[in-house]
Amino acid sequence: MKNLDPQLVWAFSGVLGLLTVSSLLGWAIKLAVKRPEAQATIGNLNARIGAWWVMSAIFGLTLAVGQIGSLVLFGMMSLLALREYVTLLPTRRADHRTLFWSFFIFTPAQYFLIGIHWYGLFAILVPVYAFLFIPTRLALAGDTESFLQRAATIQWGLMVCIYCLSYAPALLMLKIPGYGPDAKLLLYLVLVDQLSDVLQYVWGKLLGKHKIAPVVSPNKTWEGFIGGVATATLIGTALWWMTPFSPAAAALVSLSITLMGFAGGLTMSAIKRDRGVKDYGTLIRGHGGILDRMDSMCFAAPVFFHFVRYFYVR
Amino acid sequence: MSAQLLAGMIAAAARLISGVQVQWVDSEPEPSQAVYFANHSSHLDFVVLWSSLPAEIRALARPVAAQDYWSAGLRHALAVNVFRAVLVARHAAPGGQEPADPRLAIEQMVEGMGDRESLILFPEGTRGTGEEVAAFKSGLYYLCQRRPGLRLVPAYLNNLNRILPKGEVLPVPFISRLTFGPAMALEAGESKAVFLARAREAVCRLRDL
Repeated sequence: MKNLDPQLVWAFSGVLGLLTVSSLLGWAIKLAVKRPEAQATIGNLNARIGAWWVMSAIFGLTLAVGQIGSLVLFGMMSLLALREYVTLLPTRRADHRTLFWSFFIFTPAQYFLIGIHWYGLFAILVPVYAFLFIPTRLALAGDTESFLQRAATIQWGLMVCIYCLSYAPALLMLKIPGYGPDAKLLLYLVLVDQLSDVLQYVWGKLLGKHKIAPVVSPNKTWEGFIGGVATATLIGTALWWMTPFSPAAAALVSLSITLMGFAGGLTMSAIKRDRGVKDYGTLIRGHGGILDRMDSMCFAAPVFFHFVRYFYVR
Repeated sequence: MSAQLLAGMIAAAARLISGVQVQWVDSEPEPSQAVYFANHSSHLDFVVLWSSLPAEIRALARPVAAQDYWSAGLRHALAVNVFRAVLVARHAAPGGQEPADPRLAIEQMVEGMGDRESLILFPEGTRGTGEEVAAFKSGLYYLCQRRPGLRLVPAYLNNLNRILPKGEVLPVPFISRLTFGPAMALEAGESKAVFLARAREAVCRLRDL
C-alpha cells in the first residue's frame, strides 16, 4: 500500500466526487426530460456513467496494488483489445499460429519487460522483433494469398493494442528525480485522456453541429472537439500539482494528450467504418468494447511517455 | 469434485475462451425437450453451445458424440460423467471399418432422450472449414420420424473455426457468436430431402443475423 500517497488519494477522491455528481446529474436529466426521442441517448448516458464507476473501481484497486496490478490490468486490456481487433478483421486459416504467438508470447513478453524495467527491449520488441517474426511465421505457414496484407494487419494490431497501450503502465518504470510514486503519473494520463473523451462527447451532445469527418465518425463535431480539448487541457493544467511538470508544461502535455487521443479515436473509427460495424465489442455497457474506450489511450500514451522520459528522466 | 461442479467450471471456461455472444432470434430458451442442432467447424462447438444454454436447460441437454472417438481414457470419463454424452455408432467410422447400422444410432439417441432430456446434435456429421455448411446427414430425419412432433432448435456458431480450427491444438481467442433461431419440426408427409434441406437452411439463415 506504499502507493497511497496523499496527492494520489486527493486525485482519486476527485474522480469519485466527479462520478457522484455525474450520477446525480444523469438521474436528474432522466427525470426532467420526457421526450421519447431523447430517451435512448439518456439511457446510454446513464449506462456509460454506471460503467465509469466499475472502470474507476478496477483502476483504483490496481493502482493501490502497485506495479504488478497495473501490469496485469493493462495486459488484460491489451489481450481483450487485440481479440476485438482480430475478430473484426479478415484472417485466414494459415494465420492461426502467428496469432497464437501474438496473443500468448508477444503480449506477456511486452508486459514482462516493463515488469523487469528493461526499457531497451521493451521499446523494440514489437516494432523490430515481432515485425520480423510475423511475416516469417506466415511464410512458413505456406499460404501466400494476400500475404503482405495479412502480415501488416497482424503487425498493426500488435502495435496498437499491445505496444502503444503498454506505454501507459510503462510510466511506472520511469525514475523521475524528486517525484513519486509514478502511479500518480499514470493516473494523470488516464484522467486527462479519458476526460478529454468524455468532454468531447458532452460538448458534442450539447452544442455539436459541424461534423469534422462525417464519413469516418458521424458523432465527432468541431464544437465537441474544441470544447473537449479546451476543457480537458484546462483540467490537466489545474492538476499540475500531481505531476513533475510546471503549470505551463502541464498545459502543453495535456494538449498533446487530448490531440493524440482525438487522433486515436478517429483512426480506430476509420477501421470500424471500413469493416461496417459501430463498435469493436460489447464488453463495457454503453461504451462498446475495450478498444472503443482505449482507442484514445493507445495513441496518447506513447507520446506522453516519451515526453516525460526525454525531459524529466535524468 | 462433483461432476456438476466440474461441469459448471468447464462451462464458465468455455464462455471465457470463446467470448461467446449469445442471441435468440425470434425465439427464447425453453426448458421443454428439444434437439439443438448447429453447424460444425471446431472441437469447441459442442462445449460452447452447451455452456451457452441457461443452466436449467443445460442440465438436461446431452451431446450426441461418436462412440469411436470418445471411447477411451479421460475423454471417455469427461464425455460420460460430465457431459453425459449419448455415444452413438457412426455411419462410417474412419479407418474403413464396416459402417454401423444407422438405425442403431437412432435407437441410441431415442433411448438417451427418454421423455425429458434434450440432445445437442451436429447433423453435418463431421467438422467443416467454417466457410460452408455441408449437407446434413439423414439421422436428424430418422430421429424425428421415431419421435413425431419433436421440437428442433437451429443454431449457428460463428468464429469457432477461427478459435480452434480443424487440425489445431491451441486456441486463439477470437470473439464468437452463437445465434439460436425459432424452433421447427418435421411436418407430416415431408420427404427426407426436403426436410434436411429445410433444416440446413434454418441453420444457414442465422449466419449473418
